[in-house]
Amino acid sequence: MSMIEEMPIADTSAGTQDVIRSAKPVSRFRLVLSRLRSTPRFWVGIVGLGAIILWAVFGLVPNAWNATDLDVYNMGSSPTALHWFGTSDIGEDIYAQTIVGLRKSLVIGLLVGPLAAIVAGIVGAVAGYLGGWWDRVIIWFIDLLLVLPSLFLFILLSPIFKSLSWVALIFLLAGFGWMIMARVIRAQTMSLRERDFIKAARFMGVDTWTIIRRHVLPNVSSLLIIDATLGVGGAILSETTLSFFGFGIQAPDVSLGTLLSAGQGAAATRPWLFVFPAAILVFTVLSASLVGDALRDAVDPTSGVNRD
Amino acid sequence: MIGFIVKRFINYAILSAIATLSAYVLASLILNPAGRYLGRNPRPSDETINAILNGLGVNPHTPVVERLWTWLVNLVTHGSLGDTIHNTSVISEMTARAGTSLRLLILGTIIAAIVGVVIGVWGAVRQYKFSDQAISYASFTVLATPSFVLGILLMIVATFVNSTLGIQLINFTGEYTAGLDGGWWVHFWDRAAHLLLPTISLALMGAAGYSRYQRSAMLDVLSADYIRTARSKGRTRGSALVRHGVRVALIPMSTYFAYSFATVLAGAAVTELVFSWHGMGEMLVQAITQSDINAFTGAILFNAILVLIAGTLSDVVYAALDPRVRV
Repeated sequence: MSMIEEMPIADTSAGTQDVIRSAKPVSRFRLVLSRLRSTPRFWVGIVGLGAIILWAVFGLVPNAWNATDLDVYNMGSSPTALHWFGTSDIGEDIYAQTIVGLRKSLVIGLLVGPLAAIVAGIVGAVAGYLGGWWDRVIIWFIDLLLVLPSLFLFILLSPIFKSLSWVALIFLLAGFGWMIMARVIRAQTMSLRERDFIKAARFMGVDTWTIIRRHVLPNVSSLLIIDATLGVGGAILSETTLSFFGFGIQAPDVSLGTLLSAGQGAAATRPWLFVFPAAILVFTVLSASLVGDALRDAVDPTSGVNRD
Repeated sequence: MIGFIVKRFINYAILSAIATLSAYVLASLILNPAGRYLGRNPRPSDETINAILNGLGVNPHTPVVERLWTWLVNLVTHGSLGDTIHNTSVISEMTARAGTSLRLLILGTIIAAIVGVVIGVWGAVRQYKFSDQAISYASFTVLATPSFVLGILLMIVATFVNSTLGIQLINFTGEYTAGLDGGWWVHFWDRAAHLLLPTISLALMGAAGYSRYQRSAMLDVLSADYIRTARSKGRTRGSALVRHGVRVALIPMSTYFAYSFATVLAGAAVTELVFSWHGMGEMLVQAITQSDINAFTGAILFNAILVLIAGTLSDVVYAALDPRVRV
């Protein structure tokens, strides 16, 4: 488990030669942006994610049916001009249901990713900066959660969260999604702690929390942004898996997971009940992770993927 | 080297022990085993319920610390993990199920590791060529697919293949065909056929993850000076890449393997559930839905031991690949 601690610090001075040559120094933000723009993977991801979000917001407008409408004349029909994705056994419009489910899954993903990144940043920075017993206890806790698969903990905790609303699920997912990143942030902070500007602040008598907030966290922010982006896809995957087995979103709420669970039985005979929501789920997660991956390469060109 | 491995093993052993104990405590605090009897009609008397719960050692009126102590004493003195709520011993339940899970896990992990390493290296060597792009996008897509979707998609494909060919070529429900007649060979063949789809499902997920890491690690190595040195000594490109490149690129992979193994376990549990296999994953999920604390802890212990083995194994591989550890 030592590999993640050995990740190199993103060196801001490295890789300047491959961009804009001008007399003025290039800001880090511009540098990252220009690297991003030349990554095709970033464009595929961002366009896909944008399209999915727009579709989730406006997708119901051209459709004649709402998610709760039942079309008793067309029960279990295959995709037609009337029902674009077909209907379920009791006449629910799968297109409308997919959009409602997608909205919920997207909201969960887009909230959990950043939330988990914030927790990871704070925990990692505290562990790395304070060191000593704080560090040891936090690292043991993180290691423990890495040995116990978080899926099992989610399922164990689900009786509590089932009785609460689906918003509680966001906190549950964020509460267990920060461990890996916290280890990376900790390793970064430990080397930042020895840099001159942090030493200077410490010797000037700045208190610990201010140093962490003003000096440590801004310096690891690029990692946190990457983590937040990659976390979106991961959170959607966790949510749909939990909901699929009945441990996540509960009826009457609909998410992509519950929709897939409902369509699972007929997957082989009436594939449209399963294949359409599944394809949209995969497309959403794929777009989010492509953006995250491109961001990682742009922020840290030495991470291996985008070099000559 | 022995010292290094022993040290790592003890570290993993302590982690596994703490994980199991905290799983027991967490389950005792969250699950309510009495609920199962309260819902019955006619409702059993409180004395009966208490007696049953005491017999299992899961009575919520006893303090958690005391129950944990009894559980531990039982484990150490009798080697027993307690009884399930169906009054079978957890150990016998586990021995009946472990084989099912292990077959899937071992095969899936080995195939995933080999395929992942091979296509990762290939992608790095042919960076930015069409094959590299295709592998990259394919692995991103697989990584974006939840394991249950992958399993069901494979089932849809299998059904399509079966109906096109008109014979039951690929079996995918359960672990074996119930009531099958025939000799040892027929049974072996039947189980292998059932193993096909779940193994593909698990191996695909693993291979996609490993190939991404292997590609990164290999790219780091490819630009290193010693590869150029090996070439200038007169080694062929292939020989330099394999003898000096892959070997070094495998070092970070061995740690990644240990560290990703918990994810593989969760993926295997989901795969088991989708293909309705009666393995440890199903036991764990059923234990939670039926509020069975002893069975849950047993299943977690099983997982913890697997993580322990995988972690130690990867450290052995690490020490074998990296001579610096052996000093």
